[in-house]
Amino acid sequence: MTEPLIYELSRPGRTGVDLPDPDVPLSDMPEEWLREELPLPEVSEVDVVRHYLHLSQMNYAVDRGFYPLGSCTMKYNPKVNEVATRLAGFRNLHPYQPEETVQGALYLVYHLQEWLKEIGGFAGVSLQPSAGAHGELAGVLMMRKYHLDRGDTKRRKILIPDSAHGTNPASTTMSGLEVVEIPSDERGNVDLAALEAAMDDTVVGLMLTNPNTLGLFDEHLEEIADLVHRHGALLYGDGANLNALVGIAKPGEMGFDVMHFNLHKTFSTPHGGGGPGSGPVGCVERLVDYLPGPIAAIEPGSEDHPEGPLYVWKMPAKSIGRVKAFYGNFGVMVRAYTYIRMLGAEGLREVAEHAVLNANYLLARLKETYPLPYDRTCMHEFVLAGPPKDLQEKGIHTMDVAKRLIDYGFHPPTVYFPLIVPEALMIEPTETESKETLDAFAEAMLKIVEEGREDPDLLHNAPHTAPVRRLDEVRAARKPILCYTSLA
Amino acid sequence: MRFIPHTEADRQAMLAAIGVESIEELFHDVPKKARAVEFRLPEPLTEMEVLVELNQLAEANAGTHHYACFLGAGAYNHFVPSVVDYVISRGEFYTAYTPYQPEVSQGTLQAIFEYQSMICALTGMEVSNASHYDGATSLAEAVIMALNVHRRRRRKIVLSPAIHPEYRAVVRTYTQGMGLTILGDGETAHQDLEALTDLTPLADLVDGETAMVAVQVPNFFGQMASPQELTRLAEAAHQAGALFTVVVDPISLGLFKPPGEYGADIVVGEGQALGGGLSFGGPYLGFFATRRKQVHKMAGRLVGETVDTEGQRGYVLTLTAREQHIRRARASSNICTNQGLMTIAAAVYMAALGRRGLRRVAELCYHKAHYAAQRIDALSGFQVVGRRPFFKEFVIRTPRPVHEINAYLLDEWEIIGGYDLEQDYPRLTNHMLLAVTEMNSREEIDDLVTALEEATQ
Repeated sequence: MTEPLIYELSRPGRTGVDLPDPDVPLSDMPEEWLREELPLPEVSEVDVVRHYLHLSQMNYAVDRGFYPLGSCTMKYNPKVNEVATRLAGFRNLHPYQPEETVQGALYLVYHLQEWLKEIGGFAGVSLQPSAGAHGELAGVLMMRKYHLDRGDTKRRKILIPDSAHGTNPASTTMSGLEVVEIPSDERGNVDLAALEAAMDDTVVGLMLTNPNTLGLFDEHLEEIADLVHRHGALLYGDGANLNALVGIAKPGEMGFDVMHFNLHKTFSTPHGGGGPGSGPVGCVERLVDYLPGPIAAIEPGSEDHPEGPLYVWKMPAKSIGRVKAFYGNFGVMVRAYTYIRMLGAEGLREVAEHAVLNANYLLARLKETYPLPYDRTCMHEFVLAGPPKDLQEKGIHTMDVAKRLIDYGFHPPTVYFPLIVPEALMIEPTETESKETLDAFAEAMLKIVEEGREDPDLLHNAPHTAPVRRLDEVRAARKPILCYTSLA
Repeated sequence: MRFIPHTEADRQAMLAAIGVESIEELFHDVPKKARAVEFRLPEPLTEMEVLVELNQLAEANAGTHHYACFLGAGAYNHFVPSVVDYVISRGEFYTAYTPYQPEVSQGTLQAIFEYQSMICALTGMEVSNASHYDGATSLAEAVIMALNVHRRRRRKIVLSPAIHPEYRAVVRTYTQGMGLTILGDGETAHQDLEALTDLTPLADLVDGETAMVAVQVPNFFGQMASPQELTRLAEAAHQAGALFTVVVDPISLGLFKPPGEYGADIVVGEGQALGGGLSFGGPYLGFFATRRKQVHKMAGRLVGETVDTEGQRGYVLTLTAREQHIRRARASSNICTNQGLMTIAAAVYMAALGRRGLRRVAELCYHKAHYAAQRIDALSGFQVVGRRPFFKEFVIRTPRPVHEINAYLLDEWEIIGGYDLEQDYPRLTNHMLLAVTEMNSREEIDDLVTALEEATQ
């Protein structure tokens, strides 16, 4: 099942939108500055609708079924979020409108900042970053500038555990700092001895994902935070895994100095096939002046106005600067506001509780069959070391299990990450999945092992039911075709 | 509980299967002290109640659905055809993740491939990535790419002062740890509009240390530059071995020659105008296109065509060795999540309008903006400033401070006035940047003219 490219549907003279005739006198144009060709497709409105509807049907998505992609928190996206963000009074606002004309929007931004401060245990939050990696870059730049402003210029290194997301070292390099990798111990924690050996007065900070990408809460968090702070360094939190802790504990009170949130993971805003997300950055008191901005604030002196305080934009005093134009992905903020407003503190706590319950339940159902590299209570996700050994000896790998899951109607888990577990299968069920769904997934996982023993090719050739069969990624990279060939 | 389907019986059965008594036991690794906290959040609301609150907040804003809008400066009130929202409201698109499993992500992948193709067509370039966060971060990534093309041996960047001030600010934020020298926009405090928009001084700043020269077309003040002078600047950059980057308004490319025709190596810009809507500044769309020979230095996701085991055409994320999840500290950028759904919106927009529709939108902007400019220029006390041809935005000198005039427009006429240029360019006191798009009717423009006239009386 394939769908032609939109260009292949094009017929000269068609258009999908009629526009009015000019209602003003025409002005001269500088003819020699005008383009001759504009090679866009020419299609009717119904062509556009059917084409993109057909394409949508070739996608798997949370609205279709279980999407246990580890580290991505593919929870259900409430439909009221979509209604809220499309309200005319939100979507039709120009970012440079005078503040007095956008008080409703500023109220929302301000209160979302306040709630994230409370959830994270932080003194300040900026909603400007557009994604987790973007918030991370902001956070690392904040740590860098904090030290520099104190005249502490010899700090050049960021310590990063070997289980970390690839964005951590990439953000560090972008900030002009040096990455030092810290190994994990045999229980999946940061290796304390190695950390201690690496700590000195040239360290900007440690970037820690907790729970980490193995889905494990570091058993030495307090010692780690003490060690980092004792050396004058800062502790960065990668908030990608906040779904395990939201409403349970506050990172800012557990020693984290700065952390990014992922509104598109923890706070139910949709992933959109790769964005738009939102990656707010929060921090403790000593870093608040460095936040990227502008951020929403209450105009001093307006707190007691009878009609309510005046909300304004404000740049933090020593800000690292803007990380994007305007204020952030406002449309995503509206969704997260709606979600938090509907759940409250108790609802958020239940989110984390059920996310952790679901992960441990699935783990219990699978760990007798699939090898488990770290046998501990997991948090919101867990990592298996590929299919059973006898299958691996037959040449059946994690990718084969993943592709076969597609035939059972499930999205595969995250595969081959974290890098420290060979053949990693990283499974995050989230709290929005029922026991029946988890049971069906577990049964499919167990059945696939049996299938592998009987008929390895069934797995090697999977998926059998998807719109396309396995795709040749090597060919795609060797002879890249990156746009419609008749244009190239 | 909302969005959590568990019954009490489910919970008990699951806890028994795990072998624990309570959910709390599962959190034993989290220090007990850390768990003994209170979260002060407002009491939860039902869907019915939350919509009441959100409607009140939405209605506390004065948006372009009620007011005539002549404000642009990087975000524009363009028409969004209904098909755009229809397509991006499909759950199969908006509730999917990044297309890491291509067999079940062909919809997203093919839509992005089509987006890349249309961005190449629009800009006259050979390769487009799958987006950055916005136009400003696209420019910052262009700067970093230029440094990487030169293996970080060149550390000078030349930026035109007529590039959007926030874009230049974002470049500085991104590169603050990289030891760069940014030239070209250091004198904005002392420059008038003629000096700010003159391209010739930029060429003089280029030398063997320069990694990139960047300009904006139309520039922040709405003005175009001739293909000849842009070609000359491109040649000056190339002679010194530097890359030439153009920040561009995609709607202007419905009408004007694309940067690919005057020597651009990188073309970036804000794609919000392509079906994105205003949305108070985001989510928007940073597009990024370049030459094929530099594709390995480009940041961001990229979709390529291939075949499956049966020879059927299909699409995958490709050249991933550039990216953070493979190359970690040596990646071309840290970007992973981008503006995926906004690329689909842009693809639908460009497809629906097509070659004639996009040209028509651009023509309407051009004619309406010129009509508005002529009428305002004829008002006593007002003057259109700058001699260069413009597209849909232009600068006027006002007889009173811009904020006073804007307050009058808003209070008396329900018109959202233009951008006060003095905020960013101290010499441009009483200078307003006005944007006119296809959304502004002649009646609105005539009202604006009358209102401006009244505002001075």
